[in-house]
Amino acid sequence: MQRTFFDWGQFKSSMPEIASAFLLNVKMFCIAEVFILVLALGLAVMRSLRGPVFFPVRALGIAYADFFRGVPTILVIALLGFGAPALQLKSVPLSTTFWGIVALVLVYTAYVSEVYRAGIESVHPSQEAAARSLGLTHWQSLRKVVLPQAVRRVIPPLLNDFIGLQKDTALVGFLGSIEAFKQSQIDAAATFNYTPFVAAAVLFVAMTIPLARFTDWLVERDRRRRQAAGI
Amino acid sequence: MPDALVVEGVHKSFGDLQVLRGIDLSLAEHEVVCLIGASGSGKSTLLRCVNLLEPVDSGRIVVEGEEITARGVDVNRIRRRIGIVFQAFNLFPHMSVLANVTLAPRLALGKARAEAEAEATALLERFGLADKRGDYPDRLSGGQQQRVAIVRALAMRPELMLLDEVTSALDPELVAEVLEVIRELADGGMTMLIATHEMTFARDIADRVCFLDGGAILEQGPPAKILSEPAEPRTQQFLQRIIEAGRL
Repeated sequence: MQRTFFDWGQFKSSMPEIASAFLLNVKMFCIAEVFILVLALGLAVMRSLRGPVFFPVRALGIAYADFFRGVPTILVIALLGFGAPALQLKSVPLSTTFWGIVALVLVYTAYVSEVYRAGIESVHPSQEAAARSLGLTHWQSLRKVVLPQAVRRVIPPLLNDFIGLQKDTALVGFLGSIEAFKQSQIDAAATFNYTPFVAAAVLFVAMTIPLARFTDWLVERDRRRRQAAGI
Repeated sequence: MPDALVVEGVHKSFGDLQVLRGIDLSLAEHEVVCLIGASGSGKSTLLRCVNLLEPVDSGRIVVEGEEITARGVDVNRIRRRIGIVFQAFNLFPHMSVLANVTLAPRLALGKARAEAEAEATALLERFGLADKRGDYPDRLSGGQQQRVAIVRALAMRPELMLLDEVTSALDPELVAEVLEVIRELADGGMTMLIATHEMTFARDIADRVCFLDGGAILEQGPPAKILSEPAEPRTQQFLQRIIEAGRL
């Protein structure tokens, strides 16, 4: 078993290639993350709008979240990654990595918007009332009073979804993009030794641990700042 | 000069629960009126209606001659003229005291940061809070938080202040400092509508006391009359309970 999974020589020889392939995972993660954070917030705000006028907007938001949380991620990736380039339209990019990122953004936006929404709903209505009573518009109170508190509260669960996203970038390898998992698959297939998978796993873990500590630090800093005397 | 505030036949229900059943009330410029009455008598709801935080079901509310309950009125513009302070302070916990006070002048009145901060600092100084300007609300005592909340409302230079049981959430030893602030406002000529359980304070500060019962004003008049020799049996009962509780 040690030879099959923990062959040190194999580990060392496959690591450089897998590590450079892992950069693609990091890249996909970073690009997707930016879009997800922005789009999910927009979706959450859409669903928080009150009043009958906004019913279509709310309904659209709910339909989106229901759909993309319901469909398996790998199915969305396959649908877009194989389907979109097959259209052979001039304006449609052929890169599988591009479509992989789009699929991840679509799916994770649905998850992350739910996290944001929970945060928005956790801010007591009296905060909005206080802001409105001072003459702020709904949008101003949302932006300056409700959302800053909502986002601070959901940082830990947001991180949870980031880790999920970081791991799911490996699914894009399924389309043929040479990311860490695909690269380790290639290496493993060449030698009938599975150590490359372990190497890829080490890289993924090495990425998520600092992310987790960073979040702890953010939460702690916010707590300290609120309780410390200012300026 | 028109009255500072006129409330006419205001009704308000939450579902089947009728909270206000025809409120008629008017406040002259610089007048201080205290609303007293049991919990659930409609004091808070009336204040929230005047601030347009709750839409009225029927009736009208007029501020300085302008009907604010009319259709198509810009609620944000009206709210800038009417300050409200809540029982639970409702300060913004993620902002410093200074940011709490300057937020609305900057966003709703479009004041420059420097101007808003200078005005806020002057107000904080006036109420003995200058050294707290950089603190976050969590660091302050309840009394300090409520004073900041009052300053935050004052920073909008309102024509009318609504105070909703502003001392009810405070420890007894912190009540005095908040009442002192309100007294100073009254001395400065601020028109105020105050819902309160502090009868001694009401007697001191109010030009007029209104007793609310079941969503209507049952009796109103000078504090000496209402609090000492009320005409209505319901008012007598209410005050009797207050005296038994040692609050008058």
